[in-house]
Amino acid sequence: MSSTATSPAKRRAQSGTTEAPWVRWTLLGIALVFLALFLVLPLAAVFVEAFSKGVDAYFASLRDPDAWSAIQLTLITALISVPLNLVFGVAAAWAIAKYEFKGKAFLTTLVDLPFSVSPVVAGLMYVLVFGANGWFGPWLQANDIKIIFAVPGIVLATVFVTFPFIARELIPLMQAQGNDEEQAAIVLGATGWQTFWKVTLPNIKWGLLYGVILCNARAMGEFGAVSVVSGHIRGQTNTIPLHVEILYNEYQSAAAFAAASLLALLALVTLAIKSIAEWQSERERKAAANLPPERPTPLPGPR
Amino acid sequence: MSSAISAVPPGGAGAGRARRSKRVLPGFGLTLGYTLFYLSIIVLVPMSALLFKTFTLTWDQFWVAVSAPRVLASYRLTFGASLIAALVNLVFGLLIAWVLVRYSFPGKKIVDALVDLPFALPTAVAGISLTALLAGNGWLGQYLEPLGIQLAFKPAGVVIALIFIGLPFVVRTVQPVLEDTEKELEEAATSLGATRWQTFTRVILPSITPALMTGFAMAFARAIGEYGSVIFIAGNMPMVSEITPLIIIGKLEQYDYAGATAVAVVMLVISFVLLLVINALQAWQRRNAGAPA
Repeated sequence: MSSTATSPAKRRAQSGTTEAPWVRWTLLGIALVFLALFLVLPLAAVFVEAFSKGVDAYFASLRDPDAWSAIQLTLITALISVPLNLVFGVAAAWAIAKYEFKGKAFLTTLVDLPFSVSPVVAGLMYVLVFGANGWFGPWLQANDIKIIFAVPGIVLATVFVTFPFIARELIPLMQAQGNDEEQAAIVLGATGWQTFWKVTLPNIKWGLLYGVILCNARAMGEFGAVSVVSGHIRGQTNTIPLHVEILYNEYQSAAAFAAASLLALLALVTLAIKSIAEWQSERERKAAANLPPERPTPLPGPR
Repeated sequence: MSSAISAVPPGGAGAGRARRSKRVLPGFGLTLGYTLFYLSIIVLVPMSALLFKTFTLTWDQFWVAVSAPRVLASYRLTFGASLIAALVNLVFGLLIAWVLVRYSFPGKKIVDALVDLPFALPTAVAGISLTALLAGNGWLGQYLEPLGIQLAFKPAGVVIALIFIGLPFVVRTVQPVLEDTEKELEEAATSLGATRWQTFTRVILPSITPALMTGFAMAFARAIGEYGSVIFIAGNMPMVSEITPLIIIGKLEQYDYAGATAVAVVMLVISFVLLLVINALQAWQRRNAGAPA
């Protein structure tokens, strides 16, 4: 970014690439006030409201059996849906980034589709497939399998809304990295799996981590789609966000915010991991850029 | 771009050999097959269930369901509020991206990380928190209400929730493009006598317009489908502050599956169109970035 040599002419020209100090301070001020109002204040409000009845009430509301079962269901949902989408994301990114085939652009669009579908519409789709009047409804009832208004439906709806997260993160990353390193590994006799584990995975690990934590945050926090398929059975099919809604509608504000504070904490941890992953990959990229450029050398190198 | 990706080994390979060795990397069949299988069961089959259900309706049934006055009012609110929110995000998103790329200030890394908060914070949490802030006895509401400004439980509250939800989109699409813009062009413009404002509107703005439009379209698309954050703050009064996703929920709760499906299909078609628009904008953005400066 920054140039090393600053000749007088360069310095003179630079005054034309930035604004007068008062403009800079005004813009910075407006941006920070906007962020404070729209991001910091809502975040702070969650924790303040959660502790509004004291620390004891806070922990008591989290020890409530319904709250505890909501926490468990949320963890189970994330534990199933994130690995499913992880496997899919890696497979889809491998197919889309490493090969050329007909209909690739269309496939990429389809992978993105769940992002633009309203969560409520997504929930409704599953009701139409698995609900009592749905496609498989009679068969499921005959075999005594419950999907809608039960845990499987919640997992399915969560898988749908978090479907593109990991693939979306990996596809551009793997496309930018190209195939050279993988081809070298294959030519040198590595199997496909070895190539993936030892060559591709180290290259994409930060992007993968970023995708997984965002996927997880959304999986634990999904509200609209899950609310359609859950049936809101207390202690059975309530995730934390649904538990928050019930408490809030019952005017148990402090307890609602206590449960919400768990999700806010999850968001903060997510942002922290994401930032660390970004800084780390940035540092690795810079280190790689500082290596001497590859050039033909008479010595037999490792590649 | 595409030629760089294809796996043709450099040098010497004849046309026939290149064709065979194009699949040097193993796993094409496995990964593509699994991708299509998983995509089908998670996305395509449920989506086709929605479409098939729609075809069981007669045209009149469909039309009555999607054009009832209460539903029309919800479209107006959903689209109007989403448009206003996306416009606000366009302006402030550009401002925030600009500040993050061009200026240095203490705590910049934390501010940068915080911009993604709406992606990470569950929408229901955002909803109750914004409501608590803006309600008559809330931190902000207690000062605004005496002035006659009531935001919570009004359409204005919907706009505020949607601004929160869409904020990162414009920032995150514009930021990388702004980082890549060449300062030499600005220097050239200045040395040719342009004022800073002229340089901004004629040199910088054209180069980031595709990214701005992409971010705007993404924020708008996300806002249209949003449910969790809005329902707490909207007040959900029929004809006034009831969003379209809530109409679907309402019909479902009355076991009106046909009506819910009809409205859902309208929303789904709109999502498709927006997705295509976003794809076209992204292609434009890539062409713009690839064009010689």
